[in-house]
Amino acid sequence: MESNTRPAATAKAGPMGGLVAVIARHRVLAALVVLAALPFVTPYEALAVNILIFGLYAMGFNLIFGYAGMLSFGHAALFGLGAYGCGVSIAKFAIPWFLALPIGIAVAGIGSVVIGWFAIRSRGIYFAMITLALSQVVYYSAYQWVSLTGGEDGLRGVNVPAIDVFGLHFDMLDPLVKYYVLYALAAVAIALFSRILHSPYGAVLEAIRENETRALACGYDVARTRWLAFILSGVFSGFAGALYAIHLSVVPIETLNYFNSAEVLMITLLGGMGTFFGAFVGAYVYIMLQDVMTVVTVHWQLVVGILFVVLILFFPRGIWGSLLKWVRA
Amino acid sequence: MSAAPPIMAVQNVVKRFGGFTALNDVTTSFAAGRLTSVIGPNGAGKSTFFNVLSGSFPPTEGRVFFNGTDITGTPQHKLAHMGIAKSFQITSLFPKLTVQENVRIAAQAMRSRFGLWQPRSALNLSDAVEALLLRVGLQDRRHESVDTLAHGQQRSLEIAVALACEPKLLLLDEPTAGMSPEEAREMMDLILKLNAERTVILVEHRMKLVMGISDRIVVLHHGTLLAEGTADDIRRHDEVKRVYLGQSV
Repeated sequence: MESNTRPAATAKAGPMGGLVAVIARHRVLAALVVLAALPFVTPYEALAVNILIFGLYAMGFNLIFGYAGMLSFGHAALFGLGAYGCGVSIAKFAIPWFLALPIGIAVAGIGSVVIGWFAIRSRGIYFAMITLALSQVVYYSAYQWVSLTGGEDGLRGVNVPAIDVFGLHFDMLDPLVKYYVLYALAAVAIALFSRILHSPYGAVLEAIRENETRALACGYDVARTRWLAFILSGVFSGFAGALYAIHLSVVPIETLNYFNSAEVLMITLLGGMGTFFGAFVGAYVYIMLQDVMTVVTVHWQLVVGILFVVLILFFPRGIWGSLLKWVRA
Repeated sequence: MSAAPPIMAVQNVVKRFGGFTALNDVTTSFAAGRLTSVIGPNGAGKSTFFNVLSGSFPPTEGRVFFNGTDITGTPQHKLAHMGIAKSFQITSLFPKLTVQENVRIAAQAMRSRFGLWQPRSALNLSDAVEALLLRVGLQDRRHESVDTLAHGQQRSLEIAVALACEPKLLLLDEPTAGMSPEEAREMMDLILKLNAERTVILVEHRMKLVMGISDRIVVLHHGTLLAEGTADDIRRHDEVKRVYLGQSV
């Protein structure tokens, strides 16, 4: 049991708590089962793809925000670098998708190494400001470099009409097929992410969030641990971005916009920061709400905003976090 | 004095905070294997001295040596790997984790740097953790979360966490702070036992507690080194008597 993420809480559990403990032990499986059913609980398949991708993005963001306790306001840059890295490879250099994906991840990785190196020296609001400023640098660079990125119009022609693996043919123009192809790729990322949380490194991240001074005295290099958390977080966000490029067939410049950094923050807070399932719960609620509300009113953000304020005031742990607390109490 | 070479030494250490001089030209050394207590009245500079020894901040002037190596300004996390551990005056633990997990994470620091792919349990730290819990008498509380522990137990856990890096030198900043006389005596017994295997430097406000157990005592006053010697030397020291006026030394 010593390897559990929340060992203190699992000790005292009722019947519901027992169920939660089982889910926690098989959290990757649980996440994959629920996500497999996602296209059937959304109005249309493309929405399920968005939830999957933004859930993945929030999962990566959660590593630095929820687990390491640092508010990055520049993750749009990492998501966007992943999207452009993958998209440019496909649209401009006709690189096959299975190489373009790792290229997108690598570009996001390099971006997070650089942004992280500068930002990690600061704390709190300063960390948020530096990450925001550096992400704006990435945004304007993409905005100006029209020949490569398409500038304001976005990058067009990221066409992956079909995927052939092991003799199997997947028609990416069929939305349901596309969902399950992206789902299979996301599954690998989710499994890796869970593994990282479970590793000794994951324990160090928790320890630093709990008490930085003590972690230092124990002999942990806090700055490097945080830097690595930022890089890993960026790699997962970049992966989500790369999938987004394949999903949309275009890369809108908005992927790099600071609004995209704010959205992932909202999703994570809605779902529950520092919880494994929170990212996907948050993505589901946020994107469904957006989809339903845009039909009713153009001011859908107002509704999301009000919900957000209510949640922060009364359920600061987010939806999944509050549920966990309620079950374990 | 002693034949053993000093494990730790400070040379002309000065620490200023703005215009205030907290430590003024302190030079002394600590023999390996001994238990040395640093005492002094409030505002003597004990905590500042502790923080300079433990690397929380570098001195404004002067140098700090560990086993002959200059460690002035060495980052804190490296000191732990060199064999210097400390306990804080104000309990500093991982409050939301269990007792066992607190010790485990401290012990893990000496094993792996960035293990990303194996599970935590693969490090096989349970024996080490078990021994440490037994050492401080917290084996029955292992699954409790830290914030449910009594103050005295938290202090004991603090020691276990410090010991987890298998230090050659243990620095303790007022380990009995806020303890009942009974608990304080138990803590002193524990410290004596720990001293059998490693050097201990103890900063303590309550003079009487350390008189009986220390090999050597260093007295600070207004940031300067007032006296040093055995308990008997200190008892007979006129200046020390004057500083601790009204207290039976």
